Amino acid sequence: MTDTLMPKLSVNANDPGAVAGSPFIEIENLSLYYGASKALKNISLNLDEKVVTAFIGPSGCGKSTLLRCLNRMNDLIDGVRIEGSMKIGGYNINAKDVDVIELRKRVGMVFQKSNPFPKSIYENVAYGLRLHGVKAKSDLDARIEQSLQGAALWDEVKDRLHTSALGLSGGQQQRLCIARAIAIRPEIILMDEPASALDPIATARIEDLILELKKEFTIVIVTHNMQQAARISDRTAFFYIGELVEFGPTVKIFTNPAQKRTEDYVSGRFG
Amino acid sequence: MGIHRGHQARPGEWLAEKLIFLISLSAIGMVLLIFLFVAREALPVFFGQTDTALIQPVIPTAELDRHSPAELQRYLELTPEQFTTMDKETIKTLMDVKIEALNDIPENFRNDPDAKINTTEWKYLLRPHQWSGYEKPERIWQPVGQIKKFNLIPLFVGTLKTTLIGLLFAVPLAVGAAIYVSQLARPRVRETVKPVIEMLSGIPSVVTGVFALIVMATVLQHIFGYQTRLNAFVAGIALGFAVIPVIFSIAEDALTSVPRAYTQAALALGASRWQTAWQIVLPAALPGVFAASVLGFGRAIGETMIVLMVCSASVMSWSIFDSARSITTTIAAEMAEAVNGGPHYRILFMLGALLFAATFVSNMIGDFVIHRFKNKLEGKR
Repeated sequence: MTDTLMPKLSVNANDPGAVAGSPFIEIENLSLYYGASKALKNISLNLDEKVVTAFIGPSGCGKSTLLRCLNRMNDLIDGVRIEGSMKIGGYNINAKDVDVIELRKRVGMVFQKSNPFPKSIYENVAYGLRLHGVKAKSDLDARIEQSLQGAALWDEVKDRLHTSALGLSGGQQQRLCIARAIAIRPEIILMDEPASALDPIATARIEDLILELKKEFTIVIVTHNMQQAARISDRTAFFYIGELVEFGPTVKIFTNPAQKRTEDYVSGRFG
Repeated sequence: MGIHRGHQARPGEWLAEKLIFLISLSAIGMVLLIFLFVAREALPVFFGQTDTALIQPVIPTAELDRHSPAELQRYLELTPEQFTTMDKETIKTLMDVKIEALNDIPENFRNDPDAKINTTEWKYLLRPHQWSGYEKPERIWQPVGQIKKFNLIPLFVGTLKTTLIGLLFAVPLAVGAAIYVSQLARPRVRETVKPVIEMLSGIPSVVTGVFALIVMATVLQHIFGYQTRLNAFVAGIALGFAVIPVIFSIAEDALTSVPRAYTQAALALGASRWQTAWQIVLPAALPGVFAASVLGFGRAIGETMIVLMVCSASVMSWSIFDSARSITTTIAAEMAEAVNGGPHYRILFMLGALLFAATFVSNMIGDFVIHRFKNKLEGKR
């Protein structure tokens, strides 16, 4: 895969083009409309690299919509219009000449409901790799093993790689989806309530995994589970009806929020 | 107070359930009855009870008493009831008539070896035969004339030729259109294209037949430059037009019902819309697409009018640019003129029964394959 369309997104100290100290993801005055209704209202937010940021807020507050802006998944919905700018590593990802496919290779995604393809476990991880030009069997094998180990799934599936992924349990399927996402080595992983359909034990494993992945990836996670946000995120953004109410270090949001609405929400008074 | 069990608790629902059950049973019963009726008419062929030999062995009227009543009854081609109501004189007259009929056979057939054979025997139905006047052994379907030739193979070949050409033409087009409409097209385009293709199924096959006969035959001959203007190729393409809406409609439903989650997962991995449709959605919808093709096969093999109008010469040829006559066409064209209960009539019914069996078996195989597919996709063994 050649990187002709977009240079590497990361702000890297060794990268001569990079502006030292600038935030990794810069969202400035971003508004999103579904037809006539405004779903996101003038959001400005900066996210740092290799940090877990949690988006919290009641249903319909726009947190998932904002998450899906980061890999342009909203393109698939008709009548969506975006104003304002969203930059990753200094590049405006909403520009017309952005190659969405290249962007999505850099910004992976894990969905609320685990959605492995109806193929074998091996083929699920291999699919993204093949899309991005990994062809040789030995390379595929190595990266699939690496990804499954990265997603803490290898030991459970190494003897049944060629059986259908739909035969796995819910938690295993979600970890397979994470393996599939990290296999193509994105820089950012978006997670849309990744543990909401799982039991507490499977949830705990996913949370451990997120803390592990943080070392290598920038993670943005949408969650309804307040304790989960508190346990795994470094920064938290609280949204309410399309507005960003408060953004700051997770500890501060949960112990000493600046806004009354945030306090009411995290303490469970509404939502 | 008591907890009632079964139908005592909700008699209305119980009654409705039983009623619906009976109605569904009656559908199965109908299909069974149709098959039994068709098969019954065809049974004499299977048991070798039909005879088309022009020159039959003759029992002289004087030898009436040397034969048993059963023999006479068979000889005079009467039912047992008819036979018992007849007195000796009537039987004698009938035997005379039989001998006279023999004299009515045209001169040139008297010494023809073909006039002595029963052409409804299996070897004549299936294997080539050296007919007098032909250069080499041939398979011929020619159910009229003094020597009736009933070889079924030209009809099977004709059916296969037209059906396969139709499917080869229709399946890629219909499935391609279904992929486009369900996965790639914008909603506005989808809402126009879908009903238009499905409207094709409302065109009477007579109209498609006329169009094929007058327009398509000429156009296709200009493009491909073959000899016979009306041939299996034209009929197959016209059949394809009749089959496309059937396959499209079901394949489109199957593709649309593939969970959006798969599409989203593929797109989020950086697949293009085309790659997603081709590599993820189509494989996931394969059982449905296969079912659509099986149904299209059933429609193509059962279609009568188009093939009847475009080409109907029963030549024995595997070339798609030669004419062809399908089984259904044969039944439709000849049933009205076949003598009720005669060998021709029986053989037409046998063709019907074979067609019935063929579609039944193809549906069974289709069902089996679909289940295998589904189980594999869902991770069951």
